[in-house]
Amino acid sequence: MPRPSFVTNRFRGKLIIVEGIDGSGKSTQLSLLSQWLRSQGYAVAFSEWNSSPLVRDTTKRGKKKEMFTPTTFSLIHATDFADRMERYIVPMLKAGAIVCADRYAFTAFARDVVRGVSRNWVRNLYRFAMRPNLAFYFRVPLEVALGRILGGRDAIKYYEAGMDLQLSRNIVESFRMFQGRILEEYDQMATEVGFHIIDATGSIEQQQQQMREIVMRELAESLQNTVLRTQTGAPR
Amino acid sequence: MTTLQPLSFYAESLPEVETSELQGKLIVIEGPDAVGRTTQIERLRAWLEQQGHAVLDTGLARSALAGKGIQQAKEGNTFGPLTMTLFYATDFADRLENEIIPALRAGFVVLTDRYIFSLMARAVARGEDPRWIEQVAGFALVPHAIYYLRAEVKDLVSRVVVGRGAFDYWESGMDVGLGQDMYDSFLRYQLRVIRALDHMAKGYGFVTVDASRHPDRIFADLQRHITRLFQPRRRPVKRASTKAVKARATSAVPSNQDS
Repeated sequence: MPRPSFVTNRFRGKLIIVEGIDGSGKSTQLSLLSQWLRSQGYAVAFSEWNSSPLVRDTTKRGKKKEMFTPTTFSLIHATDFADRMERYIVPMLKAGAIVCADRYAFTAFARDVVRGVSRNWVRNLYRFAMRPNLAFYFRVPLEVALGRILGGRDAIKYYEAGMDLQLSRNIVESFRMFQGRILEEYDQMATEVGFHIIDATGSIEQQQQQMREIVMRELAESLQNTVLRTQTGAPR
Repeated sequence: MTTLQPLSFYAESLPEVETSELQGKLIVIEGPDAVGRTTQIERLRAWLEQQGHAVLDTGLARSALAGKGIQQAKEGNTFGPLTMTLFYATDFADRLENEIIPALRAGFVVLTDRYIFSLMARAVARGEDPRWIEQVAGFALVPHAIYYLRAEVKDLVSRVVVGRGAFDYWESGMDVGLGQDMYDSFLRYQLRVIRALDHMAKGYGFVTVDASRHPDRIFADLQRHITRLFQPRRRPVKRASTKAVKARATSAVPSNQDS
């Protein structure tokens, strides 16, 4: 599998990202991690997949009217990502913040490829992305993730379930097949990318402990010297 | 209409498109801002229709999906260069898949006011990596012909001042910060765009048309070229080249070196 090439982060701040299929628990873990980093006195910024205000109306229109093709779906998400990169992530890294991103380019590498977009093309598309300093992958068996999603949340949406792929007319079945394929793409990516793999079947506390240890170990030097601290932060 | 060689993609095939089904003709009019593309396309359309061809004309930022979004983004005060490039790429993909390809399937002549080349030239003028954008745009169909309306910056200035009466923020590349005011910036930005298009001309097989002349003469040239395009081929007609993207090692798009 082609190795993605990204831009090296030469700024003071550090970039931490989480990846995993829906229901892997990554957002919960990232939120706990950011709170903890803040409590340690670090400046933390947060950016979420598909959240740029500039692109929002277009994505909404496309989803509502089911206008997307695999190519335009991929491109609009890259546009959204570019906007957050240019307007938020890069300035925050320059300023010295720890930027925590819930999903990153790897989400596109998994989802878009499952939709039929070429692996090389989508990897090139995101070449402008900053290489994360730490990338966590929350690995979870499909059935566990499905149990969490189907049990808890409201109705699954059309694109989320991969209904555009016409895998099945049944939305739950389509969701299951779509997520299964995404999981395969992630697993294949894991070594190529150098993800820190977290066993997402463990308890929330265990997983969080593991994340914090990795952050302390891998970013020790930057946390000590370069990362921006809040004025009112707790003393070391 | 004569039988044509099937169209092909530059680098990446779009999913679920059978190119042998595309019976129409794809004609691209390229050129910098204010060079007179719109006028020519209007005349070409009327002329082609009179000859019995069904014509679809399309152009940048006109897609159902992304047209409005781009307009809104341009009215705001933050539209970064990468974001802009990708937003336009989204718009292009939507028009290609939902307008251009269906029209070609139905046997239309598709006249497009700009194509991926303006998109790439603008990206390069904004300092982006030419190989990156060239690969991103690799899902485009290789057109039957690309007519490059070429003029110097001074010609564009007079058209803007006399014809439109004011400089446009984006056409002047004000977002790049190249000059103190719109005039200075327009000169530098459009020069970059023209250079980028000039560099692409050979690799992509543009037919260059001198657009500094009277519109009637430009139109006559275009008519002559297009007439030839519709004739049954005895000798090979110069076709847009697929080489540029396929030969990755030497990019057909220049990097921006004048900054």
